[in-house]
Amino acid sequence: MSAPLAPAAPLPTHRTCPLDPPPEYQRLREEQPVAPLAFPDGTVGWLLTRHEDVRAVLADDRFSSARENASSPVRRNLFRPEDRPGMLLNMDPPEHTRYRGMLTRYFTVRRMRALAPRIERIVADHLDAMEAAGPPTDLVPAFARPIPSLVICELLGVPYADREKFQRWTATMLRLDVSEDEAWRAREALRTYMRDLVADKREHPDDALLSTLIRAQDPDPALTDQELTGMGRLLLIAGHETTANMLALGTYALLSHPDQLRSLREHPEGVGRAVEELLRYLTIVQFGTVRVAREDVQIHGVRIRAGQTVVASLPAANRDPGQFTEPDRLDLTREPSQHVSFGHGIHQCLGQQLARVEMQIAFPALLRRFPTLRLAVPPEQVPMRDDMFVYGVHALPLSWDR
Amino acid sequence: MKIRIDHDRCRGAGQCTLTAPELFDQSDDDGTVVLLNEQPPPELQARARLAASLCPNSVIHIADTSDP
Ligand code: HEM
Ligand code: HEM
Ligand code: SF4
Repeated sequence: MSAPLAPAAPLPTHRTCPLDPPPEYQRLREEQPVAPLAFPDGTVGWLLTRHEDVRAVLADDRFSSARENASSPVRRNLFRPEDRPGMLLNMDPPEHTRYRGMLTRYFTVRRMRALAPRIERIVADHLDAMEAAGPPTDLVPAFARPIPSLVICELLGVPYADREKFQRWTATMLRLDVSEDEAWRAREALRTYMRDLVADKREHPDDALLSTLIRAQDPDPALTDQELTGMGRLLLIAGHETTANMLALGTYALLSHPDQLRSLREHPEGVGRAVEELLRYLTIVQFGTVRVAREDVQIHGVRIRAGQTVVASLPAANRDPGQFTEPDRLDLTREPSQHVSFGHGIHQCLGQQLARVEMQIAFPALLRRFPTLRLAVPPEQVPMRDDMFVYGVHALPLSWDR
Repeated sequence: MKIRIDHDRCRGAGQCTLTAPELFDQSDDDGTVVLLNEQPPPELQARARLAASLCPNSVIHIADTSDP
């Protein structure tokens, strides 16, 4: 089947409801599952919106993750060779296999669950501070951002006192509307910071992950400072920015669905499923992920040429009625079923078990502490992160009865 | 039912251990899957199938055998 192709259009980014992906994805999924996509750099590639196609491409080694060869769907590609060492997100096997193999042992289900008591403590401390300060509070700086930041800082051995700096650099890097110059300066600042930190850990090792990786005998040859800097940056960014947005946007979604919120309050033991459903429903990696075809590949009769960029839309796949019944309904008791919020294939999120433990502790604790939690502004005044790679809310003003 | 593991493909995402801890563990040495029981009893077979379907790298293969 080789239907005549419509002209290439840019990635749909216009949302009509803050909690739903752009409605255009629905039409594409039905009528044009492999749609020609116009990239800001002037090239043409493809957009995949069906769950089965997104999964298939992310598990297919004919598609490469090398971002230096890819176009970005939302701005000019700013990738530079200096970004490469240690950046396993952008690598293919066998390079990817080497780095991932070094890291997975530190992110297993068992190891992440062992962090639970410490995470519970951190969550309780932040709730105490919120309670002491009293309403109204912006949940983002009071709770959603500091908790994952503190956890990843302790795990890596990054001084938490430096959080304002690295949070600011990350926010600039992940914004769509900054100039190339500004984005580059933020990236350079974070790189310099991490390089100095790695040098410092060589002199003054501790028990945290950066020092462990420096000491590791297993990779042979041992990791270079450039590689350690790249891995450190990747883990620091991925470790705080993503979970922070899930916590704040997830709370907003719960407050907008009072029946679901009530069911989670009444059945906190169902939090495992609830977190998976929030991940699916909200899909914060909102522009999906990109791959580059290494050779010509046919999907549904459409020929994707070697070198073309394919965007696998995670939000569109997660709302595919072919995979999820009533996909646009938030149902915290939904049976587990292959959401792609953490990606799929060899790059599926390394930190997913950490993110799960953080969310499974933080949501119930927040709801327990403030039984009358509510928005302090009308819902339409909550500033949404349409302008960021990672979706969420810029701020979430909340109130409660004392 | 019999479970077979294609170990070389495993990247340690941990979906298996999360879904069916009675059947799968992750090695402390490298984070990859350890099969604890290749012939799951009937009450664990549904979760064995779920783990196989959630694994991002098609590591877990399930063969139906005539025994329970
Ligand atoms: C709810 C929170 C999170 C979401 C939604 C998320 C999402 C994702 C997605 C979609 C990918 C795959 C990208 C691709 O295929 O191109 C990914 C990869 C990755 N994530 Fe996460 N992530 C989260 C939390 C974390 C945390 C807490 C960490 C760190 C500890 C982390 C570390 C990583 C790393 C290192 C990769 C690259 C893995 C590889 O290339 O093999 N993530 N994440
Ligand atoms: C060292 C850290 C990182 C650097 C230097 C970096 C750099 C980049 C670059 C250069 C792009 C290409 C497009 C553009 O510039 O507009 C990009 C896009 C993207 N990054 Fe990152 N990134 C980092 C970490 C992460 C992490 C941790 C995640 C989440 C798991 C992530 C997810 C994405 C996504 C979803 C896109 C958009 C889709 C795409 O073009 O691939 N990045 N990043
Ligand atoms: S889910 Fe698959 S890739 Fe992940 S640890 Fe288990 S077997 Fe390995």
